[in-house]
Amino acid sequence: MNEQQLRGLIDEVKSGKLPRRGFIQQLIGLGLSAPMASMLLMHAGVAQAQTTAPAYKPTKRGGGGPLKLIYWQAAVHLNPHYAGGTKDQDASRVFYEPLASWDSEGNLVPVLAAEVPTRANGGLSADGKSVTWKLKRGVKWHDGKDFSADDVVFTAQYAGDPAAAMTTVNVYKDIKVTKVDSHTVRIDFPKATPFWAEPMVGSVGLILPKHVFEGYMGAKSRDNPANLKAVGTGPYKVVDFKPGDTLRAAANMDYHVANQPAFDTLEIKGGGDATSAARAVLQTAEYDVGWNLAVEDVILKQLEGAGKGRMQFFVGSDIEFVILNPTDPWNEVDGERASVKSKHPAFTDKAVRDAMNLLIDRKGIQEVIYGRGAITTSNFLNNPQRFVSKNTKFEFNPEKANQMLDAAGWRKGADGIRAKGNVKLKFVFQTSVSGPRQKCQAIIKDACTKAGIDLELKSIVASVFFGSDFANPDTYQKFWADMQMFTTTMTQPDPQTFMEQFTTWELSQKANKWASRNLSRWTSPEYDEAHKAAQVELDPVKRAALFIKMNDLVVGDGFIIPLFARPRPVGTVNKLTTNISAWDNLTAFMNSWYRET
Amino acid sequence: MLNYIFRRLLIALPSLLGISVVLFTVLALAPGDPFEELATNPNVPAEVRMMLRQQFGLDDPVWQRYLRWLTSMLRGDWGFSFQSRVNVDQLILQRLPTTIVVIGLSQVLAILIALPVGVLAAVKPYSWFDRIASTIAFIGFSLPTFFTGIVFILFFSIYLGWFPFVYRSDISSTGWQFFWDHFKQSIMPISVLGLFQAASMMRYVRSAVLDVIRLDYVTTARSKGLTERTVITKHVVRNALIPVVTLVALQMPAVFGGAIVTEQIFRVPGIGSLLIDAILRNDTPVIMAVTFVLSCLVIFFNLLADVIYGWLDPRISYG
Repeated sequence: MNEQQLRGLIDEVKSGKLPRRGFIQQLIGLGLSAPMASMLLMHAGVAQAQTTAPAYKPTKRGGGGPLKLIYWQAAVHLNPHYAGGTKDQDASRVFYEPLASWDSEGNLVPVLAAEVPTRANGGLSADGKSVTWKLKRGVKWHDGKDFSADDVVFTAQYAGDPAAAMTTVNVYKDIKVTKVDSHTVRIDFPKATPFWAEPMVGSVGLILPKHVFEGYMGAKSRDNPANLKAVGTGPYKVVDFKPGDTLRAAANMDYHVANQPAFDTLEIKGGGDATSAARAVLQTAEYDVGWNLAVEDVILKQLEGAGKGRMQFFVGSDIEFVILNPTDPWNEVDGERASVKSKHPAFTDKAVRDAMNLLIDRKGIQEVIYGRGAITTSNFLNNPQRFVSKNTKFEFNPEKANQMLDAAGWRKGADGIRAKGNVKLKFVFQTSVSGPRQKCQAIIKDACTKAGIDLELKSIVASVFFGSDFANPDTYQKFWADMQMFTTTMTQPDPQTFMEQFTTWELSQKANKWASRNLSRWTSPEYDEAHKAAQVELDPVKRAALFIKMNDLVVGDGFIIPLFARPRPVGTVNKLTTNISAWDNLTAFMNSWYRET
Repeated sequence: MLNYIFRRLLIALPSLLGISVVLFTVLALAPGDPFEELATNPNVPAEVRMMLRQQFGLDDPVWQRYLRWLTSMLRGDWGFSFQSRVNVDQLILQRLPTTIVVIGLSQVLAILIALPVGVLAAVKPYSWFDRIASTIAFIGFSLPTFFTGIVFILFFSIYLGWFPFVYRSDISSTGWQFFWDHFKQSIMPISVLGLFQAASMMRYVRSAVLDVIRLDYVTTARSKGLTERTVITKHVVRNALIPVVTLVALQMPAVFGGAIVTEQIFRVPGIGSLLIDAILRNDTPVIMAVTFVLSCLVIFFNLLADVIYGWLDPRISYG
């Protein structure tokens, strides 16, 4: 889809011919995130849709009894700007809130903001360099102090200080946040920023109380007792927190939304394994909500049979994919294996790459192994099947693969393995140790063997494979194998940083101790140019078209083979009404959860 | 006696030092990075990770880091967890009560079962009682705890619905209800561990008693006309206890270390689960502290066992 077509679509939404939802789903199909699609519409002056959240029924605060969540990884601290993992982010999100959150349709929902900034209400400047947020009045911190613009300004300073080594530092280090009045702040970006809704929004935008954190700036941040005893504005207040085990909280009776929260107490229990967590929710209903129940679908269905709970799957941006190594992992060039100067002896041939793509039975794997936990795709960015992009497609066709290889001159030898000259189609295929992944490897190997391609399967313990130890030869950053498979997650709603992983300047190699993000080592000058253009492109429509082009370039070349979008599996007990968005933390809209009576 | 204890303590110092050097070096050489999660997060620039490494001194040579660890340990500073950024001693103290209650009670249960059953089985070897007890013991220590744990959960929690299978360290009820709730949630992990220990311990007690019961002095005691009860309790069991004491004493550090597998199954927040989490996240200060305390306890309980030998058998002297 090019820029014109995109503009055409936006006009259709404006005139009411195309429903807003349809537009967002089409763009998701093209590899963009829902928040980004939603921002395009906002920029074009299309009003946001009414939130899709279920109606909130309780008519009073509290009285709903306890709410119990089970996580099979336990939170270790409650500082949202330290938060390394989802478990910590989700736990902090119970207490801290951003100015606005992303709902499941990619809408911005104001939380601590009075309204979402738009061009119409004067919140967005014409040059795209600043955004003005009006804050909600009458919000109180858990210790009774008033929430004001000072806290927002402070949060940006605190998180943006490189000495404090916060995980959100990239979002805040270059922006300038100024207080306009007690309940208005202005964020100035160093350059025009089409995607302005990142600072102070969603999981990276949780606002901290200035009066609690200001004594602990920079390197002293570790000593702050509030890292364990959070003081926020959220719907629940901390009662007791044991790092690595349990978090207990009680309803915040001064919460800034009427009649919320519905529950009196909250408990988040961490640790254990996914299967027994699923059991505790679906089979015994000891817990109300189970996080990330990545368990084989057969087992989940069996547990759901108990009739006490159900599974919900939230499509986000996690994607499982296979990379064919564009470089030669077996021979050293200038003392470096898989050097970017080398070429893979077999995969340089597009016919081999396309044959590999045809030999992966996505549908079969999805049905046999993942069930509801995977949605087959052919796009590198998320692409649920029902929104299939016109640009790229996949099929499973061993005969066609055989024909292609024959036509390209790869002949079967006496051992049944195809070869051309002295190059044999014999590959090492690595991934992390995990039941479903090993089964998936075996299915791919089986199809390849029939087509005369020999795969040697290798599985590496996750902590080593995903570890960043540059002395270890088996990390996915080094990629010293012919093929590898893993899941990648887009952590920000804007794809710019995410898509940087195929640029030349991010190439992972010896010179940077393999610390850069382009581990596939696939590059293309055309892609680099498109990415550079997107970085400075002010027009959001042109920019979106550039990202769609990048996606097509990556997938079209055949080195990157996307397999599945992996929706987030959440288990909930019957009668609990939740509001969960895959574009934000699981606990982002927890204030509006309630139990039917 | 005091002289002996003092000498043993002096010998313990170099061994502790040696242990700490080995532990530290192995951990330093092991693959993995505590800031791995940051490395895979594209939001975090590589410089932040490098800065954290520098701030926490991870880039210094191993010997410098070791000396720094040793000096702060001597000052009573155990360091802090890279993951939660909480002091290590605080983390351990938080988990100590649960560990001691659950693992300690399982040990007590094991002794309470193993001693009487083992002695009775040995007094009448190859009787029906002995055969049944031995068969059960064989089954008991052949079944790993992760298996019995799951069988217990499936039967007692899911089929019968009697006990919860998720252990909660924060129980809000008070009074008798508090103890009842704790009892209900601890009974499964305690029995799984206790029965497993009891099985092997019972075999130990049985063979120790069998060795003693055939000795001449037992026959003498019997021919003096002492009752069977006195012969067994005063003469046989006391002497047979020596190897059992060694076994039990060496089990004691394990009470501190927790039971990694069982804790994971029942989600007991003990030191075992702290250790395994720390290992999975490469949180070296926590791993170091837990393993080092464990080795201190091993040395201490070995000494304690030696001292108890002297009390059980006055012929053992500490010259």
